[in-house]
Amino acid sequence: MKTFRIRGGIHPDYKKELASEQAIEALPLPERLYIPLQQHIGAMGDVVVAVGERVGKGQLLARSYGAFSAAQHAPTSGVVVEITSLPAPHPSGLPQTTVVIEPDGEEAWADLPGALADPFAAPPEAIRARVAECGIVGMGGAAFPAAVKLDLGLRYPLDTLIINGAECEPYLTCDDRIMRERADEVADGGRLMAHALGVDKVLIAIEENKPQAIERMREATASVQGRPGVAVVPVPVQYPMGSERHLVLAVTGRETPARKLTAEVGVVVNNVATARAVHQAIRHGRPLTARVVTVSGGAIRQPKNVEVPIGTRIADVVAFCGGFSSEPARLVNGGPMMGQPLPGLEVPIVKGSSGVLALTAAELHAAAPNPCIRCGNCVSICPCGLVPVEMAANIRHDKLDVAERLGVGDCMSCGSCSWVCPSHIPLVQFFNFAKGALAAEQREARKQEQIRVRAEARTARLDREAAERKAAMAARKAAAAKPNEVRA
Amino acid sequence: MVVDVGSLTVIGVALGGLLGTAARFLAVAENPLEAEIKALLPGSQCGQCGFVGCAQAAAALAKGEAGVTLCPPGGKATAEALAKKLGVSADLSDMEEKPEAYAVVREEICIGCMRCRKECSVDAIVGGPKQMHGVLADLCHGCAKCVDACPTEAIQMVEVQPTLATWHWPKPGVPATAH
Repeated sequence: MKTFRIRGGIHPDYKKELASEQAIEALPLPERLYIPLQQHIGAMGDVVVAVGERVGKGQLLARSYGAFSAAQHAPTSGVVVEITSLPAPHPSGLPQTTVVIEPDGEEAWADLPGALADPFAAPPEAIRARVAECGIVGMGGAAFPAAVKLDLGLRYPLDTLIINGAECEPYLTCDDRIMRERADEVADGGRLMAHALGVDKVLIAIEENKPQAIERMREATASVQGRPGVAVVPVPVQYPMGSERHLVLAVTGRETPARKLTAEVGVVVNNVATARAVHQAIRHGRPLTARVVTVSGGAIRQPKNVEVPIGTRIADVVAFCGGFSSEPARLVNGGPMMGQPLPGLEVPIVKGSSGVLALTAAELHAAAPNPCIRCGNCVSICPCGLVPVEMAANIRHDKLDVAERLGVGDCMSCGSCSWVCPSHIPLVQFFNFAKGALAAEQREARKQEQIRVRAEARTARLDREAAERKAAMAARKAAAAKPNEVRA
Repeated sequence: MVVDVGSLTVIGVALGGLLGTAARFLAVAENPLEAEIKALLPGSQCGQCGFVGCAQAAAALAKGEAGVTLCPPGGKATAEALAKKLGVSADLSDMEEKPEAYAVVREEICIGCMRCRKECSVDAIVGGPKQMHGVLADLCHGCAKCVDACPTEAIQMVEVQPTLATWHWPKPGVPATAH
């Protein structure tokens, strides 16, 4: 199938061979599981269990709060021992509400809703409802609630669902392994999502550096009969091919407008692991309670792809991979390009954790920044068509408004500019700061507006009350004056 | 002589009358700059600048009687906007970015006197007479007027802590020669 060229991008040292030939292994149950209530974009879940309660595997721990949220389920059977504030797997390491479960080792399933009979004949709403019930979020890293995404068919005219198997981040091989080992589940999950979205065409996009995955997915999709149809599309190896909007451009030739969804051009993108989770939710009624994580990097003794119960501490996963062979210079949650530093080993694996990397100093290529030599490399490789050098210079001088005009809001933080910069200027770090600071400014402006409205409402109320008092006083005076007149 | 004095008087009266009428009919109620400045101020009437409210502060700013750094709740952003509007260059480097704070009522000391509630310009304090009061933290804008109003010192200002939703990356430290 014809693919289209995407702008810019880089070809980093992929290092996928560290873990790509390691079959998925299941992690033995850890001593305790730590399930944060906020593992997704949107509102935090609402706890429905109490401390001391016995829970079955897959039992609801927190229901989704409002439409834009996701539910959390018990990854195994056991007892809720604590509901407390613990550090999140987030660069800030700030605390968040976490349910702590002590497994009983029995892996006894709770009462599950069971398989959805003949899902392709069921109304699309039934699939969306089940996906929401099972707490599925986008597993490529962004953790966007999957059920919300499946609602896009109601608002946009869609024609294509792309299953994202590009996995363009170096080191990561979890999607590759899922496609190789669970190809049927991925293909089925993709078709189920297409049915929920009301589209007829599923395209599974895989970068050409994963020939076995392409082969296996082709085998799995060859036997598919009827609608929605499904096809495998090999795409060129180019970081950041796995970015939603770039993948849509490469596969369909349609460019998504800035600050708009890909649904605007008729396409929805979902990760392969998400497709598999949807398959399990619809065909087996199982909520999302485990995920495949790539544990890799130069400092990991035995890089592996591990199926980990959600809430397992990263320390337990690293120990399963033989621990560290050398002192890691940096621990990363996700891939080396867009992943975030981990605050420590005590934080849990969450639904969006695609990888845990322990990188050595040699792998980091860290160096002190030097003056910009105006080579223009960052401009030519920026996949979003921005001018990183200009934006960074303005941000450094606190001219965030100028950076905003230059389009820093359209930066997807892929890190290609930082990677390519010969002067080691922390370009993407400037943009991450600017995007956060601009968002904070917007929040502040909203708050100021709220203050103004409330202050004005209060002044109006006080004036009204004063006027009412005056009127009441006048009325009393008039009433008091009348009898006198009668007497006179 | 009479003609001279008379004509000058006539001209004087005519021009004076013209100016007088013009002043009456073409009067500008308020310095337009004042309204523009008022729009830049938070509008919460908190009084931390030393003026009665934002309108008075705007008037003083328009007359050049107050500095652009007068508004603590507005912070650096407001000061910058004011400096830009007034065309003055202000040294904002030593303007301290006051950490965001909200008021908290210590329940065991509150006597329910209602004084703080009357002070609050955004109606963020709830409670009735002889009932314990509470502050809606999300609505509080940290003016601290209630702290002074409380006769039992039951109100304290607490710094707003970053959460996962509000935290963002700090600015990377880069030597000045990098750009």
